[in-house]
Amino acid sequence: MKKVNVIRLSENTFLILFEQNIDAENFSRIKQYVAKIKKEMANNLIDIIPSYASIHITFNLLAISGIDCKQQLEKLLASTDSDDNNLKPAATIEIPVYYGREVALDLPYLAETKQLSESEVVEIHSSKIYDVYAIGFAPGFAYLGNVDQRIAMARKETPRQKIARGSVGIADQQTAIYPSESPGGWQIVGRTPIQLIDYQRENLSELAAGDSVKFVPITLDEYLHLGGVLPDEAGANKATEHHSQGDD
Amino acid sequence: MSLQVIKAGFLSLIQDYGRYGYQHIGVTHSGPLDENAFLWANRLLGNHYNAPQIEVSYGAFSATFLEQTMIALCGADLSATLNEQAISPWQTYVVNAGDTISFKAPVTGLRSYLAVKDGFAVDPQLSSCATVVREKLGGLHQDGAKLSEGDVIPYASQPHDLVKHNLVKYDLVKRVPSQFTSTYPKKITLRFMPNVSETSAGERAIKAFMQNTYKVTPNIDRMGYRLSGKVIHTESSGIISQGISLGAIQVPKDGQPIVLMRDRQTMGGYPLLGCVCGLDMGKLAQSLPGTELSFVPISVEEAEAEWIVHKNFFGV
Repeated sequence: MKKVNVIRLSENTFLILFEQNIDAENFSRIKQYVAKIKKEMANNLIDIIPSYASIHITFNLLAISGIDCKQQLEKLLASTDSDDNNLKPAATIEIPVYYGREVALDLPYLAETKQLSESEVVEIHSSKIYDVYAIGFAPGFAYLGNVDQRIAMARKETPRQKIARGSVGIADQQTAIYPSESPGGWQIVGRTPIQLIDYQRENLSELAAGDSVKFVPITLDEYLHLGGVLPDEAGANKATEHHSQGDD
Repeated sequence: MSLQVIKAGFLSLIQDYGRYGYQHIGVTHSGPLDENAFLWANRLLGNHYNAPQIEVSYGAFSATFLEQTMIALCGADLSATLNEQAISPWQTYVVNAGDTISFKAPVTGLRSYLAVKDGFAVDPQLSSCATVVREKLGGLHQDGAKLSEGDVIPYASQPHDLVKHNLVKYDLVKRVPSQFTSTYPKKITLRFMPNVSETSAGERAIKAFMQNTYKVTPNIDRMGYRLSGKVIHTESSGIISQGISLGAIQVPKDGQPIVLMRDRQTMGGYPLLGCVCGLDMGKLAQSLPGTELSFVPISVEEAEAEWIVHKNFFGV
């Protein structure tokens, strides 16, 4: 097992840095570490951001010094590595997706480029169980992987200024759902009627880093019945450059 | 007991100390861009450090006090007036029903903090009323909207509190000692903690960054400040996305650094030069486009010690 490094970034933040790869070993170790840190360091922890190959931690500098926090983290990581893999496998969360042309703006183009039929793209996209590697970019935005090479495709050259809430996109070997309307450059292949983020709901975000996800194709009737909406005719979804500092 | 907005300005936001504990679902920390000015405004009034205030960016904001209270004004000089009389930042004022405060345009700095005795009474959303427009979170109506004309913002204090605080009898003025205030000069030095990890922009890039000065561009917002200067060459053009700290200095593909502010996205994929010292972030947030920045290294231990003294002083 590769060594991890605990790096001090600023007064009150650390980065636990793993081998810089996107792979299953990192994913399962990160899941274990996060569970352990949340449990053992709850009183000193302000925030934790798990990602593909790192864990970012904001600790409470008024409760524990940087040196003590680093020692605690290193000890915790060492003891976690000697634990048995005792995490229960995550339950698979099913997300219904309508892959119709009204909402799947880039499906025809992606299918053509990849020399597949549209239904083959849908079949490939919805047959795999994905891991939630990270949540970020925007509240509830889940980075899922890995997409089958046959349908992997780079981001659009010019990001769209507006992507509708619930849109399902592909960028290289990642796939994701836009939890709210936002600019973005992913190739859009469908849309879910499910609300990914809801500040009124107790669990706030439908997905958490470490979860497993499967997309379930639904018909237009089912989509509308579940509260899905179709774009209005008035030329929404225009492609224009966006000037956000963000980069999804 | 409230304040009514007459003119909303460019970007006037309800802010408290920030929203913590939700980064794992992608929610940013937010809070005041100039923490020093914000904390002083609450301290002058004897408020809790977290009491909600109005952060006025750039000016063009005016509002009328519907009842008497005491206010504190800290941070930028946005040529503020009270009933057309010029008032300076870094002190308290007693205001009466019908008084109007106005902010015109920046003289020094960009963000002014307006606090009232005991703070404004705004319902929190996810434990904070900090306004984040793009997340539709916080603010007066819990929808992330910036303040707009006609908004009525209640004070947390009750009428009898004024008598209790003797506001009616005494015109007590409190001022921030001048060594703790700033007039936000056009040339500043920021201290930063160099990044020495695998996802750093590299030693040579950090050296080049310290040897040159950088200018604040007009492309600045609550998420990030884009700088311009000598292009920084990094060993890689991207890293695997990871969580980002307040003050992180990223190097995107064009080699022009970006410093990430209070409303930064939770994750980013650009190589890092380091992190600007937390206590220096307010200075950057107050910098107008064209301000010249030099960066000098500080050890994380030294920054930590200063940080703790600062937070303890303000009762954070």
